[in-house]
Amino acid sequence: MYEGAIQDLIDELGRLPGVGPKSAQRIAFHILSADPADVTRLATVLNRVKDQVRFCTTCFNVAESEQCRICRDPRRTNEFLCVVEEPKDVVAIERTGEFRGRYHVLGGAINPLEGIGPDNLRVRELMARLGSGEVKELILATDPNTEGEATATYVALLVKPMGIDVTRLASGLPVGGDLEYADEITLGRAFEGRRAV
Amino acid sequence: MYVQRLELVDFRSYERVAIDLSAGTSVLVGPNGVGKTNLLEALGYVATLDSHRVATDAPLVRAGAAAAVVRCLVVHDGRELQVELEIVPGKANRARLGRSPVRRARDVLGALRMVLFAPEDLELVRGDPAERRRYLDDLLVARQPRYAGVRADYDRVVKQRNALLRTSYLARKTGGTRGGDLSTLDVWDAHLARHGAELLAGRLELTTALGPFVAKAYDAVAAGRGAAGIAYRAGVDVSTPDRAHLESALLEALAASRSSEVERGVTLTGPHRDDLVLTLGELPAKGYASHGESWSYALALRLASYDLLRADGIEPVLALDDVFAELDAGRRERLAELVGGASQLLVTCAVAEDVPAALGGARFDVAEGTVRRAD
Ligand SMILES: Nc1ncnc2c1ncn2[C@@H]1O[C@H](COP(=O)(O)OP(=O)(O)OP(=O)(O)O)[C@@H](O)[C@H]1O
Ligand SMILES: [Mg+2]
Ligand SMILES: [Zn+2]
Repeated sequence: MYEGAIQDLIDELGRLPGVGPKSAQRIAFHILSADPADVTRLATVLNRVKDQVRFCTTCFNVAESEQCRICRDPRRTNEFLCVVEEPKDVVAIERTGEFRGRYHVLGGAINPLEGIGPDNLRVRELMARLGSGEVKELILATDPNTEGEATATYVALLVKPMGIDVTRLASGLPVGGDLEYADEITLGRAFEGRRAV
Repeated sequence: MYVQRLELVDFRSYERVAIDLSAGTSVLVGPNGVGKTNLLEALGYVATLDSHRVATDAPLVRAGAAAAVVRCLVVHDGRELQVELEIVPGKANRARLGRSPVRRARDVLGALRMVLFAPEDLELVRGDPAERRRYLDDLLVARQPRYAGVRADYDRVVKQRNALLRTSYLARKTGGTRGGDLSTLDVWDAHLARHGAELLAGRLELTTALGPFVAKAYDAVAAGRGAAGIAYRAGVDVSTPDRAHLESALLEALAASRSSEVERGVTLTGPHRDDLVLTLGELPAKGYASHGESWSYALALRLASYDLLRADGIEPVLALDDVFAELDAGRRERLAELVGGASQLLVTCAVAEDVPAALGGARFDVAEGTVRRAD
């Protein structure tokens, strides 16, 4: 235990995801010995992030104004709508450079163990967006785990009767690696789920 | 396949020990509590990343030490491969294959294959259905690793579905007007049926393949005293055991039991409620078989796993912990004859005379914290 402010800083850092007590201590002492200008800059952005960053009123991605950059972009099409769990998933898909449509950020996945049901997600807002009739294909890009799959199924059951195409991202072997390096569970399931070409 | 060398550091009762083994039979002899089972447990841990005795890693680390290391040199098809695991309770294990670290400890699975029979296996015959389901599922994963994923997915779906049912049950009990939100129940039903059908299909196929091996192994040990039969008992009709049929059977069963599941707040349908029924002649083994018969049956189940893996082209190490003391003279002789040909057989006993002389092999004396070859 340290005295006063440095211990407060260690405690606060330790509450961040993925930061253990050892790392919290290391970061705290790094900040203590850093250039005052660097520390001021960090403090400023920490304040700004809560003040200025909001959620896009259309897609619920993070934004600095009413709408996010993607929703404002006139070159993107409204025909394709990609549903993701979190803003970080938008960033991940954007990095692929494959997608020219819009997004809808649900804010999580259905997870009864954590008390999260459809009412806690932006599902109603999604349905309202689809009501405009512009969307031709809805792409479900929730995580490929139990909760993400359940969420995808739930949304698909709601949307299919509207006559919109619903698709799900393919999952399987990581590309760019050798088959021999895939672990046998992944490779075994990919084998089981093989499809005609 | 056989283990040529086993080294332990701070594993269970051992501070530091190294044993040179060879192919064929090795008998580990020593009084109660000196650490014979600990040796087999260490090998079992390398083979499955799991102990047959405890569910957590903490008891595996020697009292007072922070971490345990198990290292073994496995010879397979004439090639040597060193597998090393560092067990740190509460943390992910660190593993090495040959000289290089691997990303996940899971990557060492398959380097050592072992079938272990231990006194705890009596529970396979006498215990709850969960014991027999685990027996089937572990063997399923040993043959086809993808079932580790199927099993994890299925368990997770059941957990989530139970949480949903439970929340709504509690909401109703505390007089909530909404009775909890069950709008996603159809989704969980669909996923339970999908993963459940895959697991069920695997278990059914395995049961069919295993049946003759169980009958043969029991007959060999018990010499004509009753025929052992296994049958999978499912909560749904499994007469057409392909996945599509099983999936719709599960969906129908879920629909039929929905009101009572909502009523009780728990999932009552699915392979997590099934059993593997063991019979001896016309009678169920559970509740009817004598102690010796139950013991022989449990042994037959492990020997059948061993034979099935061998039929698949895998030649696992066979380890028998304390088995001979429990059998009558005739059964001892027959067992020795049956397993004597294993590529590697590891046997433990407290009294050397309990092991039939016909088994032969090398003998090791186990004393407190040491193991010495007695020749
Ligand atoms: N984590 C641990 N640290 C220190 N000692 C341990 C630990 N776990 C178990 N032991 C000791 O190991 C001994 C048990 O070893 P083991 O089960 O291998 O005996 P055994 O030789 O198989 O005996 P038996 O013939 O009765 O089956 C006990 O004395 C126990 O106290
Ligand atoms: Mg023992
Ligand atoms: Zn937006």
